[in-house]
Amino acid sequence: MMAAFILAFSLLTLLMFFVSYCRSLTASSLHTSITEDVRDVTGIQVRAAGRDYARVVQILQLCPDRAEDRSGLKIVAAYYSFLNLLDQGFAKLFPAVRPWAEEERASCAHFAAVALGRRIALNREMLAQQVEL
Amino acid sequence: MGAGVYFVSCSLIRGAFFRYFFLNLYVILSLFADLGRQGILRFYGVDSPQYMYAYYYTDCLLTVTLFIAVISLASRVFAELNLSRHVRFVAVLLLLGTAGFTYAVVAQSSELLATRFAVELSQNLYFVGLVLTYLLWGAVLKLQETRTRLVQMVLSLGLYFSAYAGSYALLNLAPQYEVAKYVAPLLGCFLPISWALTIMRYSEDARLMPARLVAVPR
Repeated sequence: MMAAFILAFSLLTLLMFFVSYCRSLTASSLHTSITEDVRDVTGIQVRAAGRDYARVVQILQLCPDRAEDRSGLKIVAAYYSFLNLLDQGFAKLFPAVRPWAEEERASCAHFAAVALGRRIALNREMLAQQVEL
Repeated sequence: MGAGVYFVSCSLIRGAFFRYFFLNLYVILSLFADLGRQGILRFYGVDSPQYMYAYYYTDCLLTVTLFIAVISLASRVFAELNLSRHVRFVAVLLLLGTAGFTYAVVAQSSELLATRFAVELSQNLYFVGLVLTYLLWGAVLKLQETRTRLVQMVLSLGLYFSAYAGSYALLNLAPQYEVAKYVAPLLGCFLPISWALTIMRYSEDARLMPARLVAVPR
């Protein structure tokens, strides 16, 4: 009985800490606006929407990797998958969850777009260095 | 072990070693514990009572150190309210209470007291650590804590304690799955890696919007 209670409590807190951890990651990019380059490449107009995430990630994979972004992007990708699962399953029972999940997916897309902006800038720097050589 | 070395190196490079001293102490002790366990494992073998004693007693020591690390983070969160001393006092009471409770439970058991005590204390401290981290997280939200490093370190601890307490509970409910055997090494790497990434990714001055931290906004 006690073990079952601890298991249930642990699973609930695990979920809560996971969501909060991911939100703290995406929140760190919110004060950075999406660059003009990224807007041109991805077609994001005013602000990123949840559906932009897949396109941004596809373009991210074409750019040279930045080690600093790698872990954050992986965690946010896991969070995005979790939100999709939530939307497809849990949101059918509780429709109020859907707008929240969409808002979260939009912040995942914003996080990825900011990372893409940094990668494009790095790409430009590398190109400039090669031209100098 | 590599994850631990990485975290301590990052702390030293970023000048955060003494600022997060107890977190570093935990990681350094876990490195020594790993070395000690490896030595005993090679000398006596995995099924030996020596290895069992070494494993559970070092695990118990590490859990107590991690518990102190949580308290050090709580002291920093409550520092502005001048409540650090009270937090430490409550933490010591909690630690002694958990040890006393564990002893009382184990004393009734017919098994070898010394071994059982270390195992039980370790498991109980994981759960108490989880509750404490949960309360600390509540305080972070209530006090609108904005320091990114502090917030992410508390969240990493929360994830670690939740996963550990859950795996131990599952082990007690369904021993045949032996989930803790596979989860423990993964989690052992998770904590130093996530702390190291936090230290490398954000400066001490980095700030977050508190409203973005609540899992489900009200």
